[in-house]
Amino acid sequence: MAIEILMPALSPTMEEGTLAKWLVAEGDAVRSGDVIAEIETDKATMEVEALDDGTIGKLLVAAGTEAVKVNVAIAVLLEEGESADAMPASSAASPPAAAIEAPAAGPAAEAAVAAAPAIVEAVGDEPVAAGNLNEMTVREALRDAMAEEMRADDRVFVMGEEVAEYQGAYKVTQGLLAEFGAKRVIDTPITEQGFAGLGVGAAFGDLRPVIEFMTFNFAMQAIDQIINSAAKTLYMSGGQMGCPIVFRGPNGAASRVAAQHSQCYASWYAHCPGLKVVSPWSAADAKGLLKAAIRDPNPVIFLENEVMYGQSFDVPDDDDWVVPIGRANIVREGSDVTITAFSIMVGRALEAADKLAEQGISAEVIDLRTIRPLDTETIVNSVKKTSRLITCEEGFPFAGVGSEIAMQVMEQAFDWLDAPVARVTGKDVPMPYAANLETLALPQIDDIVATALATCEGFRGA
Amino acid sequence: MAETSKTPRKRKPGRPPKAASGASAVNDLPAKDELVAMYRDMLLIRRFEEKAGQLYGMGQIGGFCHLYIGQEAVVVGLQSVSKPGDTVVTSYRDHGHMLACGMDADGVMAELTGREGGYSRGKGGSMHMFSREKNFFGGHGIVGAQVPIGCGLAFSHKYRDEANVCLTYLGDGAVNQGQVYESFNMAALWDLPVLFVIENNQYGMGTAVTRAAAGRSLADRGAAYGIPGRQVDGMDVLAVRAAGAEALEHCRSGKGPYILEMKTYRYRGHSMSDPAKYRTREEVDAMRKQHDPIDQLRDVLLKQDVTEEALKTMDSDVKAVVLRATEFAQTSPEPDAAELFTDILLPVGGRTASVEG
Repeated sequence: MAIEILMPALSPTMEEGTLAKWLVAEGDAVRSGDVIAEIETDKATMEVEALDDGTIGKLLVAAGTEAVKVNVAIAVLLEEGESADAMPASSAASPPAAAIEAPAAGPAAEAAVAAAPAIVEAVGDEPVAAGNLNEMTVREALRDAMAEEMRADDRVFVMGEEVAEYQGAYKVTQGLLAEFGAKRVIDTPITEQGFAGLGVGAAFGDLRPVIEFMTFNFAMQAIDQIINSAAKTLYMSGGQMGCPIVFRGPNGAASRVAAQHSQCYASWYAHCPGLKVVSPWSAADAKGLLKAAIRDPNPVIFLENEVMYGQSFDVPDDDDWVVPIGRANIVREGSDVTITAFSIMVGRALEAADKLAEQGISAEVIDLRTIRPLDTETIVNSVKKTSRLITCEEGFPFAGVGSEIAMQVMEQAFDWLDAPVARVTGKDVPMPYAANLETLALPQIDDIVATALATCEGFRGA
Repeated sequence: MAETSKTPRKRKPGRPPKAASGASAVNDLPAKDELVAMYRDMLLIRRFEEKAGQLYGMGQIGGFCHLYIGQEAVVVGLQSVSKPGDTVVTSYRDHGHMLACGMDADGVMAELTGREGGYSRGKGGSMHMFSREKNFFGGHGIVGAQVPIGCGLAFSHKYRDEANVCLTYLGDGAVNQGQVYESFNMAALWDLPVLFVIENNQYGMGTAVTRAAAGRSLADRGAAYGIPGRQVDGMDVLAVRAAGAEALEHCRSGKGPYILEMKTYRYRGHSMSDPAKYRTREEVDAMRKQHDPIDQLRDVLLKQDVTEEALKTMDSDVKAVVLRATEFAQTSPEPDAAELFTDILLPVGGRTASVEG
C-alpha cells in the first residue's frame, strides 16, 4: 500500500516549518534511512529520512514552501510493485486519519482530579506494650530494632561507613557484625552516592537494605539516588517496582562542628512524594519506628539525632514493638497552647511546657514522630482544643516543617485559631562554629517559652 | 602548571573500530536458528525505532525520545548469551533493551504514546519502563545513576548465591560520572557479578567522546580497580556475542566484574529534537553502508543458505508486529485521571513476599 510521508515535528512544540529542499525526485528508489528532504524552523534545520523502502511516487509540497503544518502529507512512497495509481486519493495536504487524537479529558474529569484528595492510607494502631519496661538508650533501641528485624527476615542487611568492624561511627550498630557476619553487616568505602545507589538496586532486587549515613549531611552526595531512584520509581513504573529501603543516620545540629556537619534535613525529604520521613525522639519510638521502617515496602528516611543517642528511656521488652509510621503522639496534655516538635526538640518543648506551667499556661506538646505522612489530624484536633499553635524545629525557617504545619492548620482549622501560628526554628544562617553563636543559632527552651507567652499574652483580652 | 607533557592519543569519531574484529574472527558460528533469532531481534528493534521516530514526528510521542537505531547488535548479541535470571539495567536509550529482554512491543509502544496499556501505565514514558517478569530494571533518566543500581542488583544475586549476572549498560557519556567509579570500586572490592557494558556510540549528546573522555580507551577505565576490560566491534553481533559469552562466564564464575566497551554508532540524533549538526552526513552514511549490524548478519545468513524469501517473510512478520504495536499504542486509552494519585506509596504489608519468576 502506498505510504504517505508526513511533515514531521522536530520538537514537541513545533507546529509548522519550511520544506527547504527535496533531496529526491519522483521516481527515485529510496531505502529506509535515506535522507529525502531538509526542513527548517526558526530553531533548527533537520533532515527527513525515509521510514520505509520504496519509490517516491509523488512530491506533494514544493521545495521552499513555508509554514507547512506538522502531520501534513508531503510525499507519497510506493512500495515494490506499486504504481502511482495506488496513491491514496486524499493525498492533498490534509492531516491523515492515522493521526488519532488522544481522547481529551473533559473539564468535568479535570475538576474531579483537582478536587481529589491525596490518597491517605489508614495508619495502624498505637501498639500496646506487652512485656516489662527496660530502660535503654536511643542508641541501644535502634540497634535492637535492626537486630530483631535481621533475625526475622534474611533479606535485611545493614550497609554503610564503619558499621561493621568499627561497630558504627556512633556505635549504633554495635554487636551486629558478631551476630550476623560480614555478609549482612557491610563496611563500605566512603562513597555515599555509590552505596546509596547500590542499596536502591538491592531493594529492586528484593532485598531489604538498611543504609546508614554517618550523618545525613553526607547523604547530600547521594540525594539523586534517594529522590530520583528510590522515591520516584514506583510511580514511574506504574506500580511495578517499589523500593523497600531505609536510609538512616544522625540528622540535625551536632555540637561545634559548624555549617557542613550541622543541619536538619527533615523538610528537604518531606517535600518529596514517594518517601516517608520519620524522626523519633524517645528510645521506645526509635525502636518501634525503625522496625516499622524496615518492614515498610517504601523508601523511608529515618532521621536520628547524635545528641539523643545517649539518652535513656523506658522501652517495652517486646520483639513485636512496632510503632506505626504516620502517627503523632501527644506527650503532654494541655489546654492553652499546642506545641509541635520532633526529635531533640521534643525534650526542649517539654521543658518549656514545665516553665510555662509555672506561669499558669497549660501547653500541649505533640511529638510528630513522622514528618511525612504528617499526622495533621492529631495537630488539628489539638488546635481545636487550645486555639494556639507553635511549631518547633532545628531546621531553617524558610519552607520548613513549621511552614507546612501552619498552612495545614490554616486550611483545616482556621476558624479555631485565636492567634497566628508561630514558628520556633533554627536561625536562617549556616551553623556557626563559635560556641556563643551556635547557641544563638539554635532554638532554645527559652525561645519556645517566649514565643508561647507572646502567642498567648498578645491575644489575651484582645 | 598550565602545561602538561601528556599527549592524549586522538581517536577519530566514526572510525570503524579495530578491536575484536568482525565476524571473520568468529570461527564457530552459532547454530542457524540462533543466527536467525538474532537477525529478527535486531530487525524488530530497527523497525520499532523507525516507527517510534515517525510517531514522534506526528506528535503522538512527547518529551524526549532516544532511538537505538544503529546500536542493535550490542543488546541483541549480549542477550543471546545471557541466562535465565540474569538482570538488565540501562539508561534512557532503552527501547531496544526492552525488546531484546522479551518485553512486549505493544506495551513499550503504548508507554511511548503515554497510554494505559503501556508498561508503566503511561506514567513513565520513553525513559522509564520496567518489567520484573523479564528482569528488566529500567530505564533510568539520570546519566550514570543506573550503574550503582546495577551493582545493587548484582549484590542481590550474590547475596542469594544465585549464579546470575547483572548486565549494566551505560553510554560513553556516562563514563565520566563519579558514581560510575564508585560502582567500579565496590564491584571489584566485593567481586560483584556485574558486567558493565559501555555502549560507546562516539557522542555524548553533541560532544564527541574524544572531546569528553581522557585516556586511551574506555575499556581501560576499570584498570585501577583491577577490572578486566575489552573493546569490541559493537556493530558486529557475532563479535558482541563471543565477547559477551566470555565476559559473562567471568562474572558468573565469581571472578567479579568485567567491562566491555562496545564500539558502536547511533544513526539518529541524541534525541528526536537533535539535528546532529556536530557530525557529517558522510560519517553517518559510511557507518551505515560499511558497518550496519543488520546488513552484516544478513550477509552471514545468506551464506548459511537462508533464502531471500525467508528474510523477506521475516521482514513482513516484524513489520506486522510493529504495526500491531502502533495500533495498540494509538487506541489504548489515556490513563484514567484517578491514576494521578496512585503508585506513590505501597500499602504497608504490601509486596513483602519474595518476588519470584
